Amino acid sequence: MALPLSYNYRSLLVRWKTTLLAVSGIALVVLVFVALLGMSSGFRHALRATGSPANAIVTQKGSGTELTSVVPKEQTDVLLVDSRVQRDAAGNPLGSPEQLVVVNLKHRRDGTPTNVAVRGVTPAAFDVRSGVRVREGRRFTFGLDEVIVGERIAQRIQGLDLGGAIRFQKRDWRITGVFTAEGSGFESEIWMDSKVLRQAFNRREMSQSLTLRLTDRKHLAELAADLARDPKLQVEVQEERQYYEDQAGPIASNLLYLAYFVSTIMGIGAVFGGMNTMYALVASRTREIATLRALGFSRRSVLLAFLIESQLLALAGAALGCALAVPVSGLSAATSGPTFSELAFAFRITHEQCTAGVIFAALMGLAGGLLPALRAARMPIAAALKEA
Amino acid sequence: MATVEVRDVRKVYLRDSQELVVLDGISIVVAEGDFVALMGPSGSGETTLLNLIAGIDRPTAGTVTVAGTELSRLGEGDLARWRSRNVGFIFQFYNLIPVLTALEQVELPLLLTSLSRRERRERAATALKLVGLSDRLGHYPRQLSGGQEQRVAIARAIVTDPAVLLADEPTGDLDARSAAETLELLGTLHREFRKTIVMVTHDPRAAEKARVQRHLEKGVLVG
Repeated sequence: MALPLSYNYRSLLVRWKTTLLAVSGIALVVLVFVALLGMSSGFRHALRATGSPANAIVTQKGSGTELTSVVPKEQTDVLLVDSRVQRDAAGNPLGSPEQLVVVNLKHRRDGTPTNVAVRGVTPAAFDVRSGVRVREGRRFTFGLDEVIVGERIAQRIQGLDLGGAIRFQKRDWRITGVFTAEGSGFESEIWMDSKVLRQAFNRREMSQSLTLRLTDRKHLAELAADLARDPKLQVEVQEERQYYEDQAGPIASNLLYLAYFVSTIMGIGAVFGGMNTMYALVASRTREIATLRALGFSRRSVLLAFLIESQLLALAGAALGCALAVPVSGLSAATSGPTFSELAFAFRITHEQCTAGVIFAALMGLAGGLLPALRAARMPIAAALKEA
Repeated sequence: MATVEVRDVRKVYLRDSQELVVLDGISIVVAEGDFVALMGPSGSGETTLLNLIAGIDRPTAGTVTVAGTELSRLGEGDLARWRSRNVGFIFQFYNLIPVLTALEQVELPLLLTSLSRRERRERAATALKLVGLSDRLGHYPRQLSGGQEQRVAIARAIVTDPAVLLADEPTGDLDARSAAETLELLGTLHREFRKTIVMVTHDPRAAEKARVQRHLEKGVLVG
């Protein structure tokens, strides 16, 4: 029969200073772990949300990213008239040939330079990307030196204020609107008229990507096969969401590895800290443990009691760590995205990250509690009863 | 009928590769319902003998049989179970658990039985009433005097109705009045409840309360 739980938690409460120190150590590790997981998840979400499952994106074969891709106009024209591409009420194809360039602007916070992605779009872009909404102001006027800026990048870059102007390529660009895009990576971009962009950046009439709304998602595989078969077309097609998710892959994975690496190092420290606490608890209760054994409690009961205590410490630490991490959720951060430009994203701390934090803490508790618990269970009773 | 039977027991400790003989060829029989005091100068091995009878230490040679069970035949787990059913231990420093109330202390050994929570609480309360502490059920050890703590420890020792009560200098840490009360209680348990008691003591007045006095010197029974 196990010792009652009240024995465990009262033992911890009585030694509240030691308990508080151990709980704080574990809480700190859980906080860092959950925050880093939240960062990785936020980054992945930003890029995952960038695509729509109803869309297909066409890029140059083997280009890797939009920035290095070239889709010639004649190939764009061929694809836009394909019967598998959806049309709007007026019969125009829902396809958006786009350019993507990078300009150097300054951070609001400290004026340090950073790359920002500028996307040249056609009117169809707003139909193909139905998640894009102008939150403040209005859309830019096609043909004019006007831009709209993503909400997240506007918060981070100097001069990206509604009604103001931003200067690049020796021209001033009037900011007519701030747009949102369901938390996706587009919110880290500046959008403008595709033709005006080509002029300003001396680009040929070509696009870097072509996003198509298909009549049916099932046509994607068929379209991909057709494009692969045609030697004249040096392009490939993917589901847009998958494309951006693949783009997120290496960076999100690196962030995830970073989360595991930093947390493991800190976790090892916390395990030793916890172990030290548990050894101290066992040492200060030598006679108590021997008494329990003399009364007839088995080694297993004592082992279990101390493992429960270390788990209570770990879970209290996990609860505190998660409580401290939750306010971090939604905080904005930025990193270099797949186009080498600034990609802003929000920490995403949900029950998934907190659950991982609790599991991590429980493992720390187990690792830190097992040896001291074994020591308690294996104590020779007669000798331990003599301890002061 | 003998409750405790110790036959040719030898206990040797190894200290820095030197053999230290603590008990040397001890044989002693304690009949059911008897009250035996083990006396002797410090270090004569009387506590070691008590520990062997309690099954919390094992002899180097010889046999210890308590309530019909030869203890050397039992493994660790069985021995723990056996202790919970057959031995009530009373310590010099009471050895109460600091975070449990008097009622919970006494209930503790009953957790190892199949009794329901209500039955356990009832029995613990009865045992505390027997030692005169029915008004201290919710008190923690720090809220009790030394004499009261020892009475809680006695209630804990008797609550399972064990075959033998083992007391290791039960009055060693008490003032004269509390010591007298504790001895009176042990005497009552012996006389009225026919409890078998083995008590280690250095106090001749305490030993007088026992029916039989045995003396140990340098690990050998001398009287």
